[in-house]
Amino acid sequence: MPHVRVQEAPFDAGREIAALTEGRRDVGAVATFVGLVRDLNEGDAVSRMTLEHYPGMTERALEDICAQALARWDLVDLRVVHRVGPLAPGDAIVLVAVSSAHRGEAFAACEFVMDYLKTRAPFWKKEVTQAGERWVEARASDDDAARRWSEGGAG
Amino acid sequence: MVTLLYFASLRERLDCAREQVALPAGAPTVGTLVEALRARDGRWSEAFAPGRDWRVAVNQQMAGAATPLKPGDEVAFFPPVTGG
Repeated sequence: MPHVRVQEAPFDAGREIAALTEGRRDVGAVATFVGLVRDLNEGDAVSRMTLEHYPGMTERALEDICAQALARWDLVDLRVVHRVGPLAPGDAIVLVAVSSAHRGEAFAACEFVMDYLKTRAPFWKKEVTQAGERWVEARASDDDAARRWSEGGAG
Repeated sequence: MVTLLYFASLRERLDCAREQVALPAGAPTVGTLVEALRARDGRWSEAFAPGRDWRVAVNQQMAGAATPLKPGDEVAFFPPVTGG
C-alpha cells in the first residue's frame, strides 16, 4: 500500500527507506530520489522559498501517481513525502522511494513518479531573490519528461 | 452554487482564494463558468484571457473546458504546477 505524506516538517530519508523494507524478505532493491532547494534559479540567487499546495487534491494526485506506477511495474511498495511551507537552499523538498525485487523496476518507477509529480501534483513554488518574490514558472522540459512515459519511450 | 478555489499566482492576481458562485444557466461547464468569470471586469478577463496558461480541477481531479458542472462541485483554478 503506497504511503503518501505532505508535511511542513523535514523528513529523514533513512527512516523512510527503513519503513519501506522493515520485516520484508522479498525486497531486492530500493531506489530513492531526494529533491533539494538550489540557491540558484534562472540565473538569480535564491535566498528562500515557500511551497504552496492544494490540500486534499495533492494527496489524491500523489496516490493516483503511485497507483499508476504499481499498475505499470512489478513493485513491492512506494513512498512519497513532499514538504510544503517555508524552505531554504539545501533543504530537502521531496522524497520518492520505491522497493521491488529487482533494480530495473525500482529505478524506472522512481523516475516515473518524479516526472508525473512534477507535472500533475498541485504544488507551486514562490522563491525570494534579491529582486523580490516571484512564482517559479513551469518548465517545458518537465512536460517533455512526463510525456515520454506515455509515448512508448523510456520505460 | 459551486465553490471556486484559486491558487498561487492566480489567487494573487485575482485577490481571491475562495468564493461561492451560482452556476451559469443551461448545461453549465467549466467553459461557461470561465466565460462568466471573464465578464466580471478587466482583471478577471485578463487572468482568463485566451492563451493564458491555467489549469482547472473539478472535485480535485484535473478537468477541462468541456467538463460539466453541478451544484456542490469544487472547482479549482491554478497555474501550471511547479512542485518536486
